[in-house]
Amino acid sequence: MYSDKVMDHFEHPRNVGEIENASGVGTVGNAKCGDIMRIYLDIDDATHMIRDCKFKTFGCGAAVATSSMATEMVKGKTIEEAMQVTNKAVMEALDGLPPVKVHCSLLAEEAIHAALWDYAEKHGIKIQGLEKPKSDISEHDGDEEY
Amino acid sequence: MKKVIYLDNAATTRVRPEVVEAMLPYFTEHYGNPSSVYDFSTPCKKAMAHTREVIAGSLGASENEIYFTNGGTEADNWALKAAAEAYASKGKHIITTQIEHHAVLHTGQYLEKLGYEVTYLPVDENGVVSVDALKKAVRPDTILISVMFANNEIGTIEPIREIGEVAKEHGILFHTDAVQAYCHEPINVDELHIDMLSASAHKFNGPKGVGFLYIRKGLKLRSFIHGGAQERKRRAGTENVPGIVGLGKAVELSLASMKENKKKETELRDHLIHRVMTEIPYVRLNGHPSQRLSNNANFSFQFIEGESLLIMLDMAGICGSSGSACTSGSLDPSHVLLAIGLPHEIAHGSLRLTLGEETTMEDIDYTVDQLKRIVERLRSMSPLYEDFVKSREKKENQ
Repeated sequence: MYSDKVMDHFEHPRNVGEIENASGVGTVGNAKCGDIMRIYLDIDDATHMIRDCKFKTFGCGAAVATSSMATEMVKGKTIEEAMQVTNKAVMEALDGLPPVKVHCSLLAEEAIHAALWDYAEKHGIKIQGLEKPKSDISEHDGDEEY
Repeated sequence: MKKVIYLDNAATTRVRPEVVEAMLPYFTEHYGNPSSVYDFSTPCKKAMAHTREVIAGSLGASENEIYFTNGGTEADNWALKAAAEAYASKGKHIITTQIEHHAVLHTGQYLEKLGYEVTYLPVDENGVVSVDALKKAVRPDTILISVMFANNEIGTIEPIREIGEVAKEHGILFHTDAVQAYCHEPINVDELHIDMLSASAHKFNGPKGVGFLYIRKGLKLRSFIHGGAQERKRRAGTENVPGIVGLGKAVELSLASMKENKKKETELRDHLIHRVMTEIPYVRLNGHPSQRLSNNANFSFQFIEGESLLIMLDMAGICGSSGSACTSGSLDPSHVLLAIGLPHEIAHGSLRLTLGEETTMEDIDYTVDQLKRIVERLRSMSPLYEDFVKSREKKENQ
């Protein structure tokens, strides 16, 4: 069902954990839909460089793998560069996801944005292109046909 | 091939070698069409008659009450749709439960679109249908009650005898989806007042693609599949002779070992449940503690999600299943787990392990050891567990 890359990131997730006194923390998703993602960022205030990034995820294989890949992709980047890490980019880096799992990759992008929003709020700065995160990004499938 | 511990016997089972052996001649030697006149087809006719006899004997029914289908789903569809059609002049109300298999639930929803009214009875926290609620739901225009014999996810065995009595008392047809129970639990259709019963061979070490519907004599149900005159004109289509032979053999073997097998499975299942409940924290057993199928265990592990759990078990060579949304292709967890009152996040962390005749004590112990490791690892990655631990620490410091 999953690509080798997804399985690799699921089996050996990178950057699992917490960051104490993190510069920014973002939690998105909801337990009702079965996916919650939390991203911790450690940001250099002078250079706006993301020095470290950790995650914790409650969710399926795709949710864990996208969290892992997304943290890898923003680590060492500036805030502006991290803003370019889209769900599409995360998905491509994982060699794709099954269609029913695409919403999991949305969660990774949202979690990073939520953590950046938290940082921006704490520091009273504005990040270009960043909007207030939605607390619940669940989608609902259309009516089933019988 | 790596060693596989197959604990998904409610999904399907391994076909017994004796069953395969019994089927083989009906592919290459006795391949005649049972409807043909010549003597070459006689072994096929005889073999089908034998299976019918074996099944009838197993249920306390007669041979002309057994109709072969391609499996449980077809039998359920037939029972509900044909009964609804046949008794529409009497009424258009059907009673079933919230925890039925989709073969019944979705058929019920389809009938609602055709103008029937369907009551979906709730269940208690153990998954048991309330007979009182059933009595209250009965109306003068109720034509059919359909309640599964045992639930496929949580294993709870329903009070079929009491339900059958209510149906009989009110002159309402009673159908039971016995796909998980047939050949696992003893069933007598007269004692339990069952009018229709669905079963499927691949749930008891028979082949896939064959099952049957028991229809009590005298019920005026129309044909479901139209065409030739097979199955006394009620189910057209050339019969799946090898499948029917395999079905008969699987029934014979299951009946012969049912008592012994149940005893062994119950012992293993109870060991599994005991170890999981005592060695893993924050876990819940789903389904009735004792009134359940001897091969079924269903747990909810708090703070973790079922699909991740299944993938990690798979990496350890263990096959199980889950009622989490991610395993169903939708965003909602299993309707059965929601019906027993589990909150969504607990339902997402469910795991069903269903044992088979080949399951050993070593398999169970290995599975529990792996489960302990995997649950701990997934919890260490879970933001829900992190929040839980932090709030617990906060409380302790107060």
